[in-house]
Amino acid sequence: MKPLAQYAAIIVGLVLLGTTPLYADNYILRTAATVAMYGALATSWNFIGGFTGYPSFSTAAFFGLGAYVGTICQRNGIPMGVAWTIATVSVAAFAALLGGIILRLRGHYFAIGSIAIVELCRLIVSSWSDLTGGGDGLNVPLIHASPDAVTRLFLFVMLGILAASLVVTIIVDRSRLGFGLRCIHQNEDAAAMVGINTTAYKIAAYTLSAVFCATVGAAYASWTGYIDPTDSFQIVMTVKVAVMAILGGAGTVVGPALGAAAFVLLEEVFWANFIDWNRAILGVVIVLLIFFLPGGLLSLRARLRRASGGAA
Amino acid sequence: MAIYLQTIANGLMLGALYACLAVGFSLVWGVLNVINMLHGSFIILGGYLTYFAWHYYGIHPIVMLPVVALLMFALGFVLQRGAINRVVSAPVLTTLTLTFGLDMILYNLMTYWFTATPRRITLDLGAANLGPVVLPVDRLLGTGLALLLTFLLYAVMRGSNIGRAIVAVRMDRTAAELMGIRTDRIYAITFGIGTLMAGAAGVVFALVFPITTNVSGTWLGKAFVVCVVGGLGSVPGALVGGLVLGLVESFAGFWFGPQNAITAGFVLMLVLLLTRPTGLMGVKGYE
Repeated sequence: MKPLAQYAAIIVGLVLLGTTPLYADNYILRTAATVAMYGALATSWNFIGGFTGYPSFSTAAFFGLGAYVGTICQRNGIPMGVAWTIATVSVAAFAALLGGIILRLRGHYFAIGSIAIVELCRLIVSSWSDLTGGGDGLNVPLIHASPDAVTRLFLFVMLGILAASLVVTIIVDRSRLGFGLRCIHQNEDAAAMVGINTTAYKIAAYTLSAVFCATVGAAYASWTGYIDPTDSFQIVMTVKVAVMAILGGAGTVVGPALGAAAFVLLEEVFWANFIDWNRAILGVVIVLLIFFLPGGLLSLRARLRRASGGAA
Repeated sequence: MAIYLQTIANGLMLGALYACLAVGFSLVWGVLNVINMLHGSFIILGGYLTYFAWHYYGIHPIVMLPVVALLMFALGFVLQRGAINRVVSAPVLTTLTLTFGLDMILYNLMTYWFTATPRRITLDLGAANLGPVVLPVDRLLGTGLALLLTFLLYAVMRGSNIGRAIVAVRMDRTAAELMGIRTDRIYAITFGIGTLMAGAAGVVFALVFPITTNVSGTWLGKAFVVCVVGGLGSVPGALVGGLVLGLVESFAGFWFGPQNAITAGFVLMLVLLLTRPTGLMGVKGYE
């Protein structure tokens, strides 16, 4: 996609979501905020999973840790915005440290290791009940405003995070870092051979994949007003975010956010109409995606072009 | 002293179950290079089949074992042929996501048909005493069955033509093809055997633990840990991994409380991943 088309797609998307309060009801606003939230998560995952090609499944760990750090800060009287910042910075530092350790693994072992991080975080948070409330979860101080005002606030917060993650994606995409990450994706040994500091690049990508997840997690906790270990650290969520990015087009700039929007809308339809079969239908979507659209929605354009070119 | 002996006995009994649970997962990973996210649900499915046969028709679990094994083999064979084979040489992100999608479907079907109520087969066999150590007989039976199944798989892998062909494909797919082995069929058979072992483990588990769809993720997690600890794709590796994990969980539960037992297993796995990614029994350059 050309830069101008990228900007246009991003601006149109953000405006579409951001103007919903002008005409729509609370349900639509919540859906728009959810789209923005998953868009930010999928765009974050794209740094490590898309550009770098590392099958990372630790999104839910960063999301959950962000939610817990933010909540614990807020419960100790720290204002909401500051609490979110603390959550973001501390989880980013954690991700950088963790990346230095687990990015030595490759392929299947990295995938398993990154899933284990989610489980390990959940187990530790569950058993550290003095700090985290254990399995009972924690209440987050409520915002005193009307439900509509609260939804509107979090719609704009999630949109802000999504916009920030997209801006960083564009910067990375055009920088040395993005070029290096793509080299690692294609052949890590060759990339190291031509002088790319693969360790540093991978840690940078892994940390970038964590930063916005932590902010989203902290903001989500303030939004729902309650968190517990099972909901904060879900393997389903971690895989879902990767699926969204693949659905849109992993490794592209706007693909993951587009995939997130498509997935959330599908999910809403299924929740509303087939409550008992929600999970199975999503499973079918994943299977069809892997079989028939492995390059994501954005690859459809290339396919169409090829088809029309063949006809001409 | 007695309490330590009891902890060791519990750990070994648990470990044998873990070995049986993970050996099929390890085989599929080792041979097909696929992380099979369906494995936990296969175990639950085997357990449910056994439970309902026992509950409604009074069929003894041990009689059900070969029936479940056959059904699960057929299911695995068909699934591999129809779905997983299409992406079998794709990167891990693709294969893992596909099996996860299939797992969501199976999970949903099972929750819908059987509901998530925990169910358990109670045979009321009492307990046996071995010196100061108390061994519940149903658990002992489960351990015995688990070891027997694991040994049977070992015998098949070592003794039969199919087993040797699987090992050959695992070692070098191209060379195996040149020797006239049809790798596509071997892949389907291997996945069938992996599913069969999961189902058989489910039969054994139904005797010892409550069966519910909610725990499929927990069993899948055990399979991860056992594979990493023991090394991939070999039966002795899974056995060692299972026993080590059983003992670690048993002692961690004893020292730090039962809620931290699972955590200890994952920590062990991460440490081993970073220090010995080929596992305790693994061969270098074999992953």
